[in-house]
Amino acid sequence: MKKTGTITTCLALCTIAFLYLPLMAVAFFSVNNAKYGLVWKGFTLDWYIKLLHNEVILDAAVNTIELAVISTLVSTILGTILAIGLDRFPWSKRSATGLDMVLHLPVVIPDIILAAALVVAFGLLRLVSSWFEPGMLNMVIGHITFQIAFVALVVRSRLNAVGVDLEEAARDLYASTPYLIRHVTLPLIMPGVVAGAMLAFTLSLDDFVISFFTAGTDSATLPIFIYAAVRRTVTPEIHALSTLVLLATVVLVVATERISRRSQQA
Amino acid sequence: MHKVIIWYGELTSVRSLLRRGLLFLSPGMAWLMVFLVIPGLALVAVSFTTRGAYGELVWTFSLENYSRLAGFGMFGWTSDYLLIIGRSILVASVTCAVAVLLSYPLCFFIAARPLRTRYLWLTMLVIPFWTNMVIRSYAWFLILAPELPLAKFAAMLGIVAPGSPLYPSAFAVYLGMVSLYLPFVALPLFASVEKLDWTLVEAAQDLYASRTMIFFHAILPQTLPGLSVGVILTFVPAMGMFVVPDLLGGAKYMLVGNLVQQQFSSSRDWSFGAAISMGLMALTMCSLYFYRKKSNGGQVL
Repeated sequence: MKKTGTITTCLALCTIAFLYLPLMAVAFFSVNNAKYGLVWKGFTLDWYIKLLHNEVILDAAVNTIELAVISTLVSTILGTILAIGLDRFPWSKRSATGLDMVLHLPVVIPDIILAAALVVAFGLLRLVSSWFEPGMLNMVIGHITFQIAFVALVVRSRLNAVGVDLEEAARDLYASTPYLIRHVTLPLIMPGVVAGAMLAFTLSLDDFVISFFTAGTDSATLPIFIYAAVRRTVTPEIHALSTLVLLATVVLVVATERISRRSQQA
Repeated sequence: MHKVIIWYGELTSVRSLLRRGLLFLSPGMAWLMVFLVIPGLALVAVSFTTRGAYGELVWTFSLENYSRLAGFGMFGWTSDYLLIIGRSILVASVTCAVAVLLSYPLCFFIAARPLRTRYLWLTMLVIPFWTNMVIRSYAWFLILAPELPLAKFAAMLGIVAPGSPLYPSAFAVYLGMVSLYLPFVALPLFASVEKLDWTLVEAAQDLYASRTMIFFHAILPQTLPGLSVGVILTFVPAMGMFVVPDLLGGAKYMLVGNLVQQQFSSSRDWSFGAAISMGLMALTMCSLYFYRKKSNGGQVL
C-alpha cells in the first residue's frame, strides 16, 4: 500500500471538512439558545421539544414515512418480478436492449424531467378521474416509477451472481415454476431483494424533486416542509428538524452497510 | 420459434418459454410504460402545443415554444434563455471538474488508510451522499451568514457590504453544487482507486516519469471506469438542478432547472416547460453520447 504525502492528506482532510462543515453548523445551531441570529447563547434542547408539539411537522413526518413504506413495498415486488423476467428467459438481443433502455431511463434522465412528465401525465389523467389531484397517490406513483428501476438493477445483479445451477438442479428434480420461484430462486436472491428494498426506501426518503412536483397541499413531506420553511426564514426549529433527519440518515446508512456486508459473506 | 429446446433441464419450446417470460415482465414493464414512457411521450406532445389564456393547453401544433427558447420572444430576440442554458452547462462542467480535482486526493487518502479504519472513512463519504439535498443546500446559509468569519472576511476585502450574507450569489451556487455532488464523484472513483495496481506507478517512477506523466499514463487510465461513472452521476443531475440555485443563487443565478420549475408552478405554462425539458433532455443525451464516444464506450452505463 502506498503512503500518501502531506499535501494529499491536507487536501483530503480539508475536503472532508468542506463536506461536513455545513452539516456541523446545522447541528450546532440547533442547540443554540437564541431565536434569531447566529451568536452562541448557551445550550438548549427547547427547539427539539417544540418540534414534538408542532402538528404540521409531525404530519409531514408521517407523510414521509407512509410514502416511503408504501412505494418501497410496491416497487420491491414489481422490481423483483421484473428482474427475474429479464434475467431468466432467452430474450433476443434486440428485445433485451430495448428492455434495458426502458429500465435505465429513470436512472439516467435528470429527475426534473421525470417530474415534469408526471405533472403532464397526471394533468391529463385528471380529465378522466379526480383521483389524480396532486397528493399522496401521485407521489406514491412517482416514487415507485423511479424505484422500480433501481430495485430491478440490484436484484438482477444478484441473479447474475447466483447463477442458474441450483435452479437447473431443481428443474431436473421436477420442480414446477411456482415451486421453483418460491423455494429456490427467492431464497437465493433474498439478500439482493433486501438490498434493493433498502435502496428504494432510502431513495424515497431522500427524494425532493419528484415529491415537490406531485405533492398536494396536505401531503407535504419533511424535505418539502424544510424547503418551504427556509425560503421564508431560517429558524432554530428547522435546524433541529434537519439534525434529526441527518441522524436518521446516519442510522439508515450504517444499517444498510451492515446488511449488505452480511449478505456478501453469506 | 417452434424449435424444441432444453431450458433449465426442462423440455420446452422457445415460444412457450417466452410467453412465460412475458408474464414476469408484464407487471413491471406495464408500470414503466404507463407512468414513464407514455408520460414522456405526452411531454414531447405538450411541448408542441401552446398555452391558453388561463394556463390550459391549446392542442394546435406549433413550434412557438422552441423558438421562444431560442430567444425569439414577443418583443424581438433576447439572449435570456440561451444565457441560462449556457450557464447551466458551465455550472455543471465546473462542478464536475472541481469535484474530480478534490476527489482524487481524497480517494488516495482513504485508500491508504489501514483496513480497519478505511471503512469508517468511507462511511464519512456515504453519509453526505445520502443526506437530503435541501438540508445540505440550506446549511450553507449558516456558513455564509454575515455573523460568521467568511462573510466578515469578504466584507473586509470589500467584496460584499458589511453585515450582508454571501448568498445569493454565483459563488454560493458553486459552493453548494460542489459540496452536493462531491460524494457522487468520489464514491465511484474510490472503487477504482482501491483496485489500483501500484506496480505500474512504480514502473513509471523507475523510468523517470514526471508527476504529471505518472498521473496521465499510470493512474488515469486505471481509474477511468470509476471516474466515468462519477462524472455522469454528477453532470446529468447537475444540469437539471434547481434546489441549489433557487436557495443559494436567487433570481440572479438561474439555471435550466429553475426555468422548468417556474413553468410548472408560478407561470403555469406547461407547453413552454415541456419544451425546456426537451432541450434539457437533448443536452443530457448529447453529453452521454459524447462521453461514451470519448471513453471508447467503456464501462459507462
